[in-house]
Amino acid sequence: MSADGVDRARRAWARLSPGARAAAGVIAVFALASLLAPWLAPYRVGQQIDIVHLASLPPSWAHPFGTDRYSRDVFTRILYGGRVSLSIATLAVVVSATVGTLYGAVAGYAGGAVDTVMMRVIDALLSVPRVLMLIAVLALWSPVPVAALVLLIGLTGWFDIARLVRAQALALREREFVVAARALGAGPARIVRRHVLPNVLGPVIVAGALAVGNVIVLEAGLSFLGIGVHEPLASWGMMFQDATDQFVSAWWAVIFPGAAIVATVLAFNTLGDALRDVLDPRQLPGHAALEPPETAHG
Amino acid sequence: MGRRIGARIVQAVVVLWVVATLAFILIHAAPGDPFGYDAPSVTPAVRAHWRHLYGYDRPLGTQYVLWLRNLARGDLGYSVSMHEPVRDALANALPRTLYLMGVAVVASFALGIGLALFQVRRLGTRRARWAGAVALFFYSLPDFWLALVLLLAFAYWWPILPAGYPVDMVMHGYMAPWPAFVDRLRHLVLPALTLTLLTTAAVARFQRQELLDVLPLDFVRTARAKGLDERAVIRRHVLRNALIPTITLFGLALPALLGGAVFVEKIYAWQGMGWLAISAIGMRDYPLVLAAVLVGTAMVVLGNLVADLAYVAADPRLRVG
Repeated sequence: MSADGVDRARRAWARLSPGARAAAGVIAVFALASLLAPWLAPYRVGQQIDIVHLASLPPSWAHPFGTDRYSRDVFTRILYGGRVSLSIATLAVVVSATVGTLYGAVAGYAGGAVDTVMMRVIDALLSVPRVLMLIAVLALWSPVPVAALVLLIGLTGWFDIARLVRAQALALREREFVVAARALGAGPARIVRRHVLPNVLGPVIVAGALAVGNVIVLEAGLSFLGIGVHEPLASWGMMFQDATDQFVSAWWAVIFPGAAIVATVLAFNTLGDALRDVLDPRQLPGHAALEPPETAHG
Repeated sequence: MGRRIGARIVQAVVVLWVVATLAFILIHAAPGDPFGYDAPSVTPAVRAHWRHLYGYDRPLGTQYVLWLRNLARGDLGYSVSMHEPVRDALANALPRTLYLMGVAVVASFALGIGLALFQVRRLGTRRARWAGAVALFFYSLPDFWLALVLLLAFAYWWPILPAGYPVDMVMHGYMAPWPAFVDRLRHLVLPALTLTLLTTAAVARFQRQELLDVLPLDFVRTARAKGLDERAVIRRHVLRNALIPTITLFGLALPALLGGAVFVEKIYAWQGMGWLAISAIGMRDYPLVLAAVLVGTAMVVLGNLVADLAYVAADPRLRVG
């Protein structure tokens, strides 16, 4: 990031609302807690402490979030689960943002027939029911390695970002500084790299923050169905899957991982909303995932 | 207009064909087939016979051509796990999903637009901020978690509603028309409520932004200047213009709604498309899985088509160019 970028980031932080700063704080706490899980966790990961006497215990001082039916400490598992959930979501969104930004920048800057064809492809891809397709593919190919899971989620989530970037690139094309660069003899590759990409970064960051929240939910849902991550890894969604059939008798094994998901996703969405207000007041109408196609009809 | 509709229909068919091909490859290339299940009593010779009978021993290309040809004739194949033609399985499941999603769509668009109006009318007040926070909270909830918590709350801790199935599986057939109707409604409440809460939050967030985009425009200032009171300005001028983009939201929200329905149907044993798809996947019932993906895609494509045409009908500016 250039010095200008750092400066912009600093100014953006100064304009964030208290709620948004709290959200950033929550994300930082969860990220740190996951990173430091080996030192923070009271028990070893996956440790079945005493399956005869200590299974399905309600919350207590020794086990703040109780234990599950295999006598594993729920608090420990949430700390380690955060590693899996957060890193899968972040990596998947990085994949989506990279593909989407490049695709959108090329389509928007190229314009004309190239743009039309590339956008029609996106329209088609947006018609595929993502969750249903992911469930079918993941379940039939199960067990899928984590890297493939990240790629599958990432490669099915870049369409909105591509649209967003394309709209920006289309507008940038006609701006004076881009026209000037073109007049000075800069090639398309250079213009996209030096002038288009830096200027679409703001909206991409906003869409990315909101997408992390969505992907955490998506991964949790897939793992809840038993087709996301697999043992010995455990994400927050997988803790659900382990515990749902006894959640009437041991609600803590369901409620606490769920609360971790909700708190994290809420934090990412709050931050995304606030960043949108700060970074680009008028450039990103509505939610990225539900944005209407800006008059491709006209 | 006619040309436009024609072009969109051609595009929709192409999309369906591409998705069908992609799904066929991804699903058939997966390890295993419908007859690979673990059962010691089934000898390899019997399995081979079944595979031959249903065509699973042929080359993938041949299977694809046959499947596509049958599909063009409206024949979706035979579901081994349901012991009936795929079409019959779908005929039972699809109406249930449409019923559930229809209720959720109507309720959530009405509630979401209402909530957004509330926020914009009281812009900057504490109550408006609270409404925004509540919308954001529900927007952040995982669908399956909300379904489970509602199930726990209203079917177990405070058991006022049934826990699953579209109707009472034992008694429904013996009920008089009125109790049968009530039974149906009571089973609908929890699944529909789950989907509605999640979708309402998305609609409200979207609609609020659209309203805020219209608010600073010149014609709004004109309306205020000629002395209309604020309620009339918002209802007659702001809302009417801000509702147009919401038409496209309907098309774009469908995939998410369908995804939510998969989880909701699984948790509440609501035997619709999502429930059918998950059970078919578990049995490696390829024709049924493919059909479920295809019907899901067709629903989204159709929804987008309708939304697109409605958009043109609603916005006179688009009819000129």
